Amino acid sequence: MGRTDALRTRYLIVGNSAGGIGAAEAIRDADRTGPITVLSEEPYPAYSRPLISEYLSGQRSLREMLLREPAFYTENGIDCLLGRKAVRLDVEDRSLELADGTSIGWERLLLATGGRPIVPKVKGIDKKGVFTFTTLDDAKAMRAQVPPGSTVVVIGGGLIGVSVSQALTRRGNSVVLVELMDRVLSAALDKRASRLVEKRLRDAGIVVITGHAVEEIVGTNGNDQRVAAVILNDGRRIECRAVVAAIGVLPRTELVAGTTLRMNRGIVVDRHMATSCPDVYACGDAAEAYDFLRGEDRLTPIWPNAYMGGRIAGYNMAGLRVAYDGTTNMNSFNYFHLAVVSAGIVDPPSGSPCRVIQTPPAKSGPYRRVVLQDNRVVGMVFVGDIQSSGIVLGLMKERVDVRGFQRALVSDGLSLASLPAGLRRTLLARPAPATV
Amino acid sequence: MKRIYANEDACIGCRLCELYCQVEHSQSRDILRAFKRERALPPPRIRIHQAAESFVAVQCQHCPEPPCVYACLTGALRKDPVSSVVTLDSERCVGCWTCVMVCPFSAITPSLAEDVIVKCDLCPELDVPACVAGCPNRALLLLDDTKETGQTPAAVAAGERI
Repeated sequence: MGRTDALRTRYLIVGNSAGGIGAAEAIRDADRTGPITVLSEEPYPAYSRPLISEYLSGQRSLREMLLREPAFYTENGIDCLLGRKAVRLDVEDRSLELADGTSIGWERLLLATGGRPIVPKVKGIDKKGVFTFTTLDDAKAMRAQVPPGSTVVVIGGGLIGVSVSQALTRRGNSVVLVELMDRVLSAALDKRASRLVEKRLRDAGIVVITGHAVEEIVGTNGNDQRVAAVILNDGRRIECRAVVAAIGVLPRTELVAGTTLRMNRGIVVDRHMATSCPDVYACGDAAEAYDFLRGEDRLTPIWPNAYMGGRIAGYNMAGLRVAYDGTTNMNSFNYFHLAVVSAGIVDPPSGSPCRVIQTPPAKSGPYRRVVLQDNRVVGMVFVGDIQSSGIVLGLMKERVDVRGFQRALVSDGLSLASLPAGLRRTLLARPAPATV
Repeated sequence: MKRIYANEDACIGCRLCELYCQVEHSQSRDILRAFKRERALPPPRIRIHQAAESFVAVQCQHCPEPPCVYACLTGALRKDPVSSVVTLDSERCVGCWTCVMVCPFSAITPSLAEDVIVKCDLCPELDVPACVAGCPNRALLLLDDTKETGQTPAAVAAGERI
């Protein structure tokens, strides 16, 4: 490259959300002075992405969504380039080129670029009034363009689809949620838990249509091509003012194309979050992560994994050798005050060596389900009473043999006292304390 | 770093710790007024875990590497850099329950009606937290665990620079 770098930095972090912030905090923990530059396509300081639902419903402003105090960047000596887009990465030259022509030279690079919403290939998807829902700008656009009181069709009953349905309902929109599978949240929950959530959504006024797909988005008659209705695969026509496509996210890895970085479904990293190229790291939705339950790397696009992966990457970028103990798919929900926690394998396929224990069927009351394999917890679902769910997740993570107390795991009174004394004491005891 | 150690051999499950915690975090901080006049008494931030003859009082352990802080979606939970206490900014909590899910001690209580969590704050305005002061058996001890002062993986791993 014949050009002089306009900017140089020691640590360049591409992405300003959970992963980027986790990395910046870890780097500052280990290196008080090395120059850090955070680059973000979005023009905002780091905000809590899940809270875009609360922004849409009008419950929270951007200021109330900020992930860190406004002074975070200056106090930590972080140079922030907001509203700037990276277009080309050169790992040999150790430079990153931005859309405005600026080139940034770096010594260590983190790709915390997150995910990109999948836009389904549906006829009419390019009409005005079709939205995705993963950024603050998505929420802003919906607030500006979707009048309260109008009907919105949400395509996809996963985490994003249900969250946006709740936000729109709270805002006063009529919501029709269309899910291709026979139940909502099918990737995170078992059938019984899905039914409980569906009931709560219906009680709140959401029309939930499962086992169907949107086949076409129909526009208005005029030339403006605004959304007027959707047609389902059984021919049903639903009049609506807007459509939200929420069928999932994929890793955002455009920058990796044309480099030698190893890719699988996401950017491939080792337990130190290092990619196949020296001094280049990746984390969060853009990368694969070690799954402690399955013993292999896979995409796990959840917030805690993004933050932790970023944190581990940050330590290693600053020269400390810290390994990630891994993650697994885990989610907690609060839909119209119904508390739900799930993790791991919740619905083992028939014929699998897994064994399920759960609370007996009941019309009301909390529901708990634990999936065991070789006397170890490999999956869990808690609905209604989630207070002790963390104990079970802890047993799952530590691969504790639960023979002798497994029934207690789904009982009303589950607590640390339900565990064998030796295990409990080990958990609660930390070394050599001195009394004040 | 200060933390509370529960000696289960001395715990009889009297639940006075829960009660003193509620009073300290009530509006009036007066036991009679709190229980007789206040409409919404906060849930205790310390809870007796009980099964058969076993009792143990459990509250936030203010972990050196707190999974709740690392998992918090909003920045409501943070580890105070000076006191090492895991603190909650209730205004920023939305009740997503991620911290409840990742706490292996079940020490974070979801307040389901208010969409906010409740957890031990080590009674910042008291020299000795209310539960410790109120325990009749000295089953709760306030410890100063000097070995853990501000220790992070960075400090631990400092000897292993690449």
